Amino acid sequence: MDRWISRLLFLAACSSTAILAAIALFIFKEGVPIMVKTGFGSFLFGKVWAPLQGQFGILPFIIGSIWVTFGSLAIGVPIGVATAFYLAEFAPRRYVVVLKPSIELLAGIPSVVYGFMGVIWLAPLIRNYLGGPGLSILAASCVLAVMILPTIVSVSVDAIQAVPRTFREGALALGATQWQGAWRVIWPAARSGILAGVILGMGRAIGETMAVIMISGNATQIPGSMLDSVRTLTANIAIEMGYATGDHRQALFATGVVLFFFIMLLNTVALRVARRRF
Amino acid sequence: MRVPPVVAEKIARGLLMLACASAVAVLLFVIGFVMWGGFRHLSWGFLTQPILDMGREGGILPAIVGTLLMVLVAVGIAGPLGVASAIYLAEYTVEGRLTQTIRFGINCLAGVPSIIFGLFGFILFVVMLGFGWSILSGGLSLSAMVLPTIIRTSEEAIRSVPRPFRDVAASLGATRWQTVRRSVLPYALPGILTGVILGIGRSIEDTAVVLFTAGSAVGMPRSLFDSARTMSAHFYILAREGISNDKAYATAAVLICTILVINISAYGIMHRMMRGRRAPSRSARGPAG
Amino acid sequence: MTEALRVKIEIRDLRAGFAGKEALKGLSLDVLEHEILTVIGPANSGKSTLLQAINRMMDRIPGATVEGSIRLDGRDVRSFDAVEELRRRIGMVFAVPVPLPMSIRENLLFGPLLRRRLRGDEADRLVEKSLRAAFLWDEVKDRLDLSALRLSGGQQQRLCLARTLAVEPDVIMLDEPCSGLDPISTAQVEEALRELKSERTIILVTNNTKQAARVGDRTAFLLMGELIEVDTTERIFTKPSKPQTEDYVTGRFG
Repeated sequence: MDRWISRLLFLAACSSTAILAAIALFIFKEGVPIMVKTGFGSFLFGKVWAPLQGQFGILPFIIGSIWVTFGSLAIGVPIGVATAFYLAEFAPRRYVVVLKPSIELLAGIPSVVYGFMGVIWLAPLIRNYLGGPGLSILAASCVLAVMILPTIVSVSVDAIQAVPRTFREGALALGATQWQGAWRVIWPAARSGILAGVILGMGRAIGETMAVIMISGNATQIPGSMLDSVRTLTANIAIEMGYATGDHRQALFATGVVLFFFIMLLNTVALRVARRRF
Repeated sequence: MRVPPVVAEKIARGLLMLACASAVAVLLFVIGFVMWGGFRHLSWGFLTQPILDMGREGGILPAIVGTLLMVLVAVGIAGPLGVASAIYLAEYTVEGRLTQTIRFGINCLAGVPSIIFGLFGFILFVVMLGFGWSILSGGLSLSAMVLPTIIRTSEEAIRSVPRPFRDVAASLGATRWQTVRRSVLPYALPGILTGVILGIGRSIEDTAVVLFTAGSAVGMPRSLFDSARTMSAHFYILAREGISNDKAYATAAVLICTILVINISAYGIMHRMMRGRRAPSRSARGPAG
Repeated sequence: MTEALRVKIEIRDLRAGFAGKEALKGLSLDVLEHEILTVIGPANSGKSTLLQAINRMMDRIPGATVEGSIRLDGRDVRSFDAVEELRRRIGMVFAVPVPLPMSIRENLLFGPLLRRRLRGDEADRLVEKSLRAAFLWDEVKDRLDLSALRLSGGQQQRLCLARTLAVEPDVIMLDEPCSGLDPISTAQVEEALRELKSERTIILVTNNTKQAARVGDRTAFLLMGELIEVDTTERIFTKPSKPQTEDYVTGRFG
């Protein structure tokens, strides 16, 4: 009887890998043929996305995704890491008990609510004070930054707290201020853990769909500045899937293939980074 | 220009505190604004009436029911499957090639964007298996999405059970399964529940997957094979199509309240279950994402 | 005056090690029925390993090896298909009390419930019988449903003893059970063991030579994985035949 349970549990454990394989299988099956037909080069680097004319170049979306993601990292990482340091090293205990769950609560709010807030508040602000249509890379970056903040904070706090106490105490015993200790001793030690968190956040930013659709403007052009409207890879899939058929639909799946690949790559890198010790 | 350390310390402290404060400020702003905008249009009727005129009138009862059913399916599948996987990884194997492969699968699955789950669910459940746009398709796709979360938190919870508990059970003549079931799992339960609650939270907030697999019917779902909206999906449609800002705010308010209630009760349950434990169990939540 | 007792456990040429490092180097020993055999020796002499080999807890440690023969009532311990059956006949009390995070009653019934259902009154009887045998009944009889974690250290260890007794094993092995306990609790545990030996066989590993002198019928002295000497307790402590034994019991090292 025990042997049966053991087998059952083993099957359960394999389910995740099986699901992953199934996902890859189906997406690839639908998407790869069109990539071959159009040619990998012109698919990935083609500047024109005009499905009605049979043109499937996703470069604008790749660039859009890159801009938006890096924008969100540029905002989210400094604030996130700083917050993490504050929570882990500088804040009084009684604050932390309230602050940490609050930041984690940020993660629970649906992304679409953030998108909505961005549309109502942020976009008009940008449009009025900085120009452009408002629904832009900048707006999307801000919204995404808020969304990846909890991830970065959470992982960074763990990384910082994982640094052995002796490091900290050693620095303080040598006469360092708390900030000097944090900057010179803890930061280098926690760096790889924090980096892993950043990469995780990056993955989330790339993968976000609905909020981005709401806030980024969805123009199928290659952007020239942060104030321009863009469409990301994910947004493109979600927007056009509803009415796409035939080659068009397959091209959207192919976009999914590109996304999938990229995320897998990111995950592997994150794993490597997280394993490296100071 | 060298800044004296004491001054640097003060500046640094100030900046860090600023960062933290801004993060919290955003939270308060979003929640506050949604609540303020939403509560004005909230009423008991809103929660119990059907969706009328594509959302311009009426309430969100079908969306509430839809959310409930979909979460039930998702967690009903991912819960047992996830805990079983976690038990296997924590109790039944030693680290090696096999477990590394399994873990790689879990980690990658955790990183897959929700829209890919939507596409996957669409091909497999909606089209190939013929379930159509339905709560079933939505729930199944969501379960794949939350599975890694549940596995991770459950495994951590199980691993944090002190070794002596297992030794004692074994020395009293328990088989491996008996040890797990009677000695390990009860102790790991709070952590496991946390994972399940995290999974519930992620299912509720998701929009991409459900729109692709469960459609967006406004009617009250009568069976798992009916198409239905979740609250998030409804909110998204209201907001994006510009149908009704008021109703959108109200829906968002309900959503956020639900999530707040779930999170707070999660903490509450954890606390109660861990009262009277000798060694405090460290937080079993993994990083979101 | 010891009568001729049957051999309960026969150990021949036992070798055991962890990941290459040898802990027991060819040990041969008899444990007689209804005796209290105390095993003494300095740290790392293999005393705990000996116990773990007997009830096959070594099986649970990856990289551990056990060779040689151990027989319980003439039957090789390796021949038990289900190791659980062996462990029900040879109970173990660990050095650190490990009450399971349940009520006292649930702790006690943990072992028996693994095998069969118990009717209410049968369960109550078993609970009382085990607690009395461990000299714990009077102290906890009114709070059987309270968490076992609330007991004091001495009470917890007696609870662990009672829990082991509830499975009704033939042999009870205790690994330095009183190392963290106050003198009164220690005395209670020792008293319990004296009462128990008439129905069971007891192996007591201890760091405390005085305890061995108080409680043991026979005493075995282990040093660096080898059995140096085993004899009646009286002789070990008054006229040991090996010089290492004499050095240890007189406190010259250890």
